[in-house]
Amino acid sequence: MNTVQLRRGAYHDSVTLMRISQGLTALPGVEVALVAMATELNLGLARDLGLDIPAQATPADLLVAVRALDADALAAAMAELDERLARTPAAADGPGMRTAPRTTRSALRSGEATMVLVSVPGSHAFAEAMDAIEAGRSVMIFSDNVPVEQEILLKDRAAERGVLVMGPDCGTALVGGVGFGFANVVRPGPVGLVAASGTGAQQLSCLLDLAGVGVSGIIGTGGRDTGDAVGGRSTLRALAMLDDDPATELIALVSKPPSPRVERALRAAGERLRTPVVHAICGRTDLTSAAAEILTALGRTVPVWPCWTAPQTPRAGTLHGLFAGGTLCEEARLIAQGCGLGDSVFVDFGDDALTRGRAHPMIDPGLRLERIAAAAADPACAVVLLDVVLGHAADPDPAAALVPVLRRATQPAVVSLIGTRGDPQNLEAQAAALHAAGAAVFTSNAEAARHAAGLILGDR
Amino acid sequence: MSSTANSPLAPLLAGEPEVVTVGASVLDEALEGQAVRRKPVQWRPPMQGTESALAAVLADPRRGAANEVAVGRLLGAHPVLVDVRPAADLLPAGTFLHAGPPITWERASGPMRGALIGAVLFEGLADDPEGAERLLRSGGVTLDSCHHHGVVGPMAGVVSPSMWMFQVRDAEYGGTAYCSLNEGLGKVLRYGAYGPEVIERLRWMSAVLGPVLRDALGRHGPVDVRSIIAQALQMGDELHNRNRAATSLLARELGPSIAESPHGPEVLRFIGANDHFFLNIGMAAGKVSTDAARNVPGSTLVVAMSRNGTDFGIQVSGTGDRWFTGPAGVPDGLYLGAFGPDDANPDIGDSTITETAGLGGFAMGAAPAIVRFVGGEVSDALAATESMYEITLAEHPAYQIPILGFRGTPTGIDVTLVARTGLLPVVNTGIAGRLAGTGQVGAGLVTPPSEAFTEALRALAAHTL
Repeated sequence: MNTVQLRRGAYHDSVTLMRISQGLTALPGVEVALVAMATELNLGLARDLGLDIPAQATPADLLVAVRALDADALAAAMAELDERLARTPAAADGPGMRTAPRTTRSALRSGEATMVLVSVPGSHAFAEAMDAIEAGRSVMIFSDNVPVEQEILLKDRAAERGVLVMGPDCGTALVGGVGFGFANVVRPGPVGLVAASGTGAQQLSCLLDLAGVGVSGIIGTGGRDTGDAVGGRSTLRALAMLDDDPATELIALVSKPPSPRVERALRAAGERLRTPVVHAICGRTDLTSAAAEILTALGRTVPVWPCWTAPQTPRAGTLHGLFAGGTLCEEARLIAQGCGLGDSVFVDFGDDALTRGRAHPMIDPGLRLERIAAAAADPACAVVLLDVVLGHAADPDPAAALVPVLRRATQPAVVSLIGTRGDPQNLEAQAAALHAAGAAVFTSNAEAARHAAGLILGDR
Repeated sequence: MSSTANSPLAPLLAGEPEVVTVGASVLDEALEGQAVRRKPVQWRPPMQGTESALAAVLADPRRGAANEVAVGRLLGAHPVLVDVRPAADLLPAGTFLHAGPPITWERASGPMRGALIGAVLFEGLADDPEGAERLLRSGGVTLDSCHHHGVVGPMAGVVSPSMWMFQVRDAEYGGTAYCSLNEGLGKVLRYGAYGPEVIERLRWMSAVLGPVLRDALGRHGPVDVRSIIAQALQMGDELHNRNRAATSLLARELGPSIAESPHGPEVLRFIGANDHFFLNIGMAAGKVSTDAARNVPGSTLVVAMSRNGTDFGIQVSGTGDRWFTGPAGVPDGLYLGAFGPDDANPDIGDSTITETAGLGGFAMGAAPAIVRFVGGEVSDALAATESMYEITLAEHPAYQIPILGFRGTPTGIDVTLVARTGLLPVVNTGIAGRLAGTGQVGAGLVTPPSEAFTEALRALAAHTL
């Protein structure tokens, strides 16, 4: 028994709707529920479920599609839907309600806001970010799929106004002791991070925290900042900003390999600073080595990174690296390649191409879980290598969804677990659950990758 | 002392942040979980198909300063009633003016045709309505938009040479604008009625009302219209559908000077019997204020909203005199007597200049007495005004709303904010009968067509630097 509705002009953000869809699907008697804005992608999903979609659907409409076993289950699902939608703030603009701000410009008109966090779909992020800059506020743009010419324009305008643009596609920042986007609970300390790579910054700050060293801040810049087009516009300003920060004793620059021209500029800028700079460039070094370099520079000892290993049987075949974090993925791929495993399969589920029209895999694990299950069922797959990223905004219990999939897998699984003991998900509990499901768990991504490669090489 | 110590970046690392969040609620909740002070934006996607035009216009380096100049002039304008004059002083020979964007007889609606017929009869250019219609059909009268001549007219807004007009000057920027004299309610020319009583009243207005007002104003001296509007807002008017306080204030100010004329009593009785007498002065004030904001290159400020009974059109500061139009909607409201929605003509009149200037629907919160036109509660009036702050550039320094803590009215519609929020201007209006000769059938609210705003946005995008 199906129902398909279009609700005109009822906008809710995709994450909220995904949670509602999951909640409805979990109800007894409901086979599947899809509550989503009627974008091409979502209409395609509904058609794939065999549902008839009204032809006049536009992306401004809310699509409600529920398939249930009987009328009672359907009615219960619809009642639950209305109740959950009513809980979201969009319902608060009924007659007589005080108008909530509808633009960033309006929200900044009153109040003392010091920063703006933009995570609307990328094609709409420019307007909100521009509002922030024009109002003299720094802005973090979590959104991806923002055109690069808009990124350059925003960063130039921000420089004129003396404010900072973090992003687009900036997943991680730590400012004033507060984590923005995906950030871990790390202790305050002397290391300031400038990060063109969000998960790279998470790995590095987590390792430092595990070694007892805190951070003064993480200034995200967005992955494209160190490319030729953007030319390090935000990275250079962030370096200067941390150099001026009295709490920062050492700066770490985390990036995927910059363009050669930008890398020269960044190294030259780094040499002019009073604060020492450690360059943690993926491909030149790995993040674990960078953490060691930082600890050594600060006169601290490098600990043994926590891990939870078990005897795993080496076997022949392909290494499948299925990652939510782009830099973690690239680092593991390069390590596997360096070990002679050039035929490995590596997928970054956080890539722009895989997040268009859907949430980041750290929020919505669905697509990656499907691919992990598929890899586990693939006889050619010898080892599954995963990252699990903890911290603010990430899945509140990522192990819960992974454990059943890992239990069914016949091949060894290796998990790179990025987190701290202060994270809301509890590092130890997540590690224990994954380990109990048979996985070897490492807090160092590089060690996880080497372990995974070793399992295959040990059989050769 | 470090180089960024005084820059906005310095407190970023040290201070406890307060964050405006816009987008995915999970990121807002992650901040909430850290006990961070937040202000979430209730974001929705912009009007469909506006993404690239919005990006182009928002990137235009002139926009910020241009809008500051334009809205600064709109807010700074100081309208003063200086004279009452025959339209013949101003009109090109053989030309009648009408409300809204330019329109031909062929496309004109019932009330527009009725008002034009009435004006031909009033000018003595035809003996009967049939003859008047023949003259108009054959192009015997040149039609042009009021706005093209510094004029505004309520409803059909027809102005012919023998009619008299209020002349309002902007004491700050020197502009001049005109509006016809208000005839009262019921069967009146501006609602498309042209019966003998309508023509008779127009004759009296030209022969008696106009000259008496001119002489009274001459004796009294200029009247500060900005001050009357500011006071009337605090007395329950929103200056479009309710002008009772403003009319009373005007009568109190000009009354003694009018009383000196032999025709004083009949003129005072006429003004006293018409709650909307001030509307036309307020409209000329709106026109002179919005005209001050015209022609600022790069500005996205709306400087006119206007309807001719067929099209709803807007003009924007950065795009000169070009009109952007869409079909005029039928107002939603209350009907007089036995009239109903089927009798209603699509939206008509230049009186939306009041909303363009931050009054009318935008000042609904000041006029709880008329919320029944919206079929709603007092809270609806407040919500209407509050929502208009989302699409306007400024708050008027002189026009204030007591119940909102004397907050200035939302003033200066920004085309980009309309497209981004999908919120269309709230317009209060009278409703004209569909058939020529009917007159007023009701009053209420109307929603402008979104395409007028999206078209304007595209034109702005085509002219960006």
